[in-house]
Amino acid sequence: MMISRHTSQMVAKGVIWVAAFSTLAVMIWILFQVLVEGLPLLHLNFFLDSPRQMGRTGGIFSTIIGTLALTAVAIVIATPLGVGTAVYLREYTRESRVSRIIRFGTDCLAGVPSIIFGLFGFVFFVILLRLGWSILSGGLTLATMILPTIICTAEEAVKAIPYSYREVSFALGGTRLQTVARVILPNAIPGIFTGVLLGVGRSVGETAAIILTAGSSLLIPTSLFSPARTMSVHFYILAREGISMEMAYATGAALILLILGINTLANWLLWRYFRKVGG
Amino acid sequence: MGIKKPLNRVWALAFFILATLLGGCQRPQGGLTVVGSTSVEPFAEALAEEYMVHHSKEKIYVQGGGSSAGIQAVRTEAAQVGMSSRALMPDDRDLIAVPIAYDAIAIVVHPRNPVANLGIDQIKGIFSGQMTNWKKAGGREHPITLVTREEGSGTRESFQHLIMGKTEISLAALVQDSNGAIRQVVADDPNAIGYISLGLVNNQVKALKIDGVEANVENIKKRRYMFVRPFLFVFKTHPQGLAKNFLDYILSPQGQKLLIQEGLVSAATLANSQKGAQPRENV
Amino acid sequence: MFKEKILEKGFFFVAFSSISILALIAFFIFEEGVPLIWKVGPSSFLLGERWFPSQGSFGIFPMIVGSFWVTLGALIVGVPLGVACAVFLCELTPPSVSMVLRPTIQLLAAIPSVIYGFWGLIILVPLIRNALGGPGLSVLAGSLVLGIMILPTIISISEDSLRALPRTFKEGALSLGATHWQTIWRVLLPAARSGIVASVILGMGRAIGETMAMIMILGNAVQMPRSILDSARTLTTNIGIEMGYATGDHRQALFATGVILFFIVMGLNTIALVISGRRRA
Repeated sequence: MMISRHTSQMVAKGVIWVAAFSTLAVMIWILFQVLVEGLPLLHLNFFLDSPRQMGRTGGIFSTIIGTLALTAVAIVIATPLGVGTAVYLREYTRESRVSRIIRFGTDCLAGVPSIIFGLFGFVFFVILLRLGWSILSGGLTLATMILPTIICTAEEAVKAIPYSYREVSFALGGTRLQTVARVILPNAIPGIFTGVLLGVGRSVGETAAIILTAGSSLLIPTSLFSPARTMSVHFYILAREGISMEMAYATGAALILLILGINTLANWLLWRYFRKVGG
Repeated sequence: MGIKKPLNRVWALAFFILATLLGGCQRPQGGLTVVGSTSVEPFAEALAEEYMVHHSKEKIYVQGGGSSAGIQAVRTEAAQVGMSSRALMPDDRDLIAVPIAYDAIAIVVHPRNPVANLGIDQIKGIFSGQMTNWKKAGGREHPITLVTREEGSGTRESFQHLIMGKTEISLAALVQDSNGAIRQVVADDPNAIGYISLGLVNNQVKALKIDGVEANVENIKKRRYMFVRPFLFVFKTHPQGLAKNFLDYILSPQGQKLLIQEGLVSAATLANSQKGAQPRENV
Repeated sequence: MFKEKILEKGFFFVAFSSISILALIAFFIFEEGVPLIWKVGPSSFLLGERWFPSQGSFGIFPMIVGSFWVTLGALIVGVPLGVACAVFLCELTPPSVSMVLRPTIQLLAAIPSVIYGFWGLIILVPLIRNALGGPGLSVLAGSLVLGIMILPTIISISEDSLRALPRTFKEGALSLGATHWQTIWRVLLPAARSGIVASVILGMGRAIGETMAMIMILGNAVQMPRSILDSARTLTTNIGIEMGYATGDHRQALFATGVILFFIVMGLNTIALVISGRRRA
């Protein structure tokens, strides 16, 4: 019995629709499950109070500071390195053995599991460089993790600048450095900023590497050498130890909102930027 | 879009961030770092919190990592105080260990589990994987879900030392990396059994009687419940300054009262005995 | 000018940062881990079935098997669903809809793994325990959650591959009288094959490297899982769960696990790069 082509097409498309809908449904379920329980618990005091009794009561203020501090250190270190790499690849060389090695390194770095970064950060920053469990150790480790993302987006941003800009600059007598500093970089900033935001998003969600390098102290960190706890680490500890399910849901909701906010901002900027430059 | 202006703004922002960060670039002064056993950690946290309420200028950072890691950290001076939930090994006897409290190990099951009492040999049979069904222990017909702490945990070592003796814990057991996580698993699974700090037992789990002896502070004081281990603060040299003040606070009636409220046994009560139970010698 | 030359050299050094970091990471992980592999013997390390550090047994075979099964399960869940969604986005929806859905998928990719793990712990694990038996903390739970976590990777890369195909492929097939579905199934998907395979391999790399969510829902028993309802431990969770407490040989053994993990993931990524022939960050 031959099934007609049209029947099999209907079946196939039906299956795909079901697949797509169930995928979307599960994803939304995962988010909603935390948001539904957690959102009602979010109020101003939650964000301004620090955790008390190991997190059973109080808020998440110290973890917010921890998250901000670690992310700031990571960005400050990774952005110059990433942008510099992108500029070098695009402005100072052509495709050659050197550039291929650099790209290979970047791609491989992007694939390293976070626990390996954690091990590395622990051995190198915490122990060898004697930085201890600190914002510095955690931030440096995070910087190595987000470097590939920044390199990639920065490179796209620089690539997107029409060659005519450079031609004009050279025609006016500008050196390569002047071109980079005054023409390329300013125009690539929106794209670079998007990459930075994506890096921020990744830092905020990172857990394994941070526990191993920044510790898990609940106090508000006072210096770069203080240990710190981030929101995702706090969420993980609350959820696993059953200290307080309510606090876990609330922290989780705050975490999801933060990440959604950052990524939506990044996407919106990207869309606006590419519309302007013309892709 | 002006060519020079956005770049200047970016430089200004970067400089500002750098300045802020560099401003935070000093080693914490007068801060105390307390590192080690995750069993002791919640209690040390609570004590530190109380202490800092009364001494708001001081900073005490409490962190987990495990008894072994804590002892190492003290040795390498990465931390000033180490927390340990087991007695020091012979190699570490050069360090100074002060018991701040005693904690019992409780065997816990789901509150709805009909089993309320187990003999030591039954416990060994269950945790070694020989007994795999609740029926044999007086419960319903259902496989037992075993939960244990991970290798290297002070709690696991105490459990092994005090209860299992030479019998190995089954490799098929589920492993969780903190007492709280074990409590969660047991609270959710009607067929689970695990061991946690007595101080952590709440109404989500049920502590078993062992050989008819209930696990509570009374029985510990009367030396009838023998599965007790010390919570130690470990120092490299005689504690001074903030470390000494904190230790004094912990050993004071105020500090001990806080620990007793949380379900531990005060240091003074068992000071005479050699850190609690005799290790089980039989196989 | 002189300044130019200095800055060019400066950029050159900065550009090598990523590869230097990679080298540093490899160096330190290997430096800590390899001595132990030699000490225990590579075959007994890789094939040993007993992981009992307090007794000096360091066999990671159960973890290799655990990683294998969980990853395989994740692929079984993630690849069909992912490719189906890619086809859906590319062929079955109007551009206005797919323009909204695509960033949504990327958004979902950014959700931290601990949230996925939490959902698995609260919803999936009790479900499996009550419906299918066993402790619930199992290979099945891990595979399902991991499969969902790698969906965004597979979807976005597969969809890009489909979109990158020349329009003539589709137009040619349709003009020859093929139905839409026949075009998709017999022309477009095979043509995008290398991109799809690359996405699968990258998804595999991501699955093998996942730690936190797996610690939460796999149960972490140290033995080889004999069914999907059994608990298991992966190479990553082995490191994650014991790292806090380990000293001496035990710690080195965990780094050694990291060495093996490093090789596996590097190998997978290289294969993916070679197949796709393009850069993917």
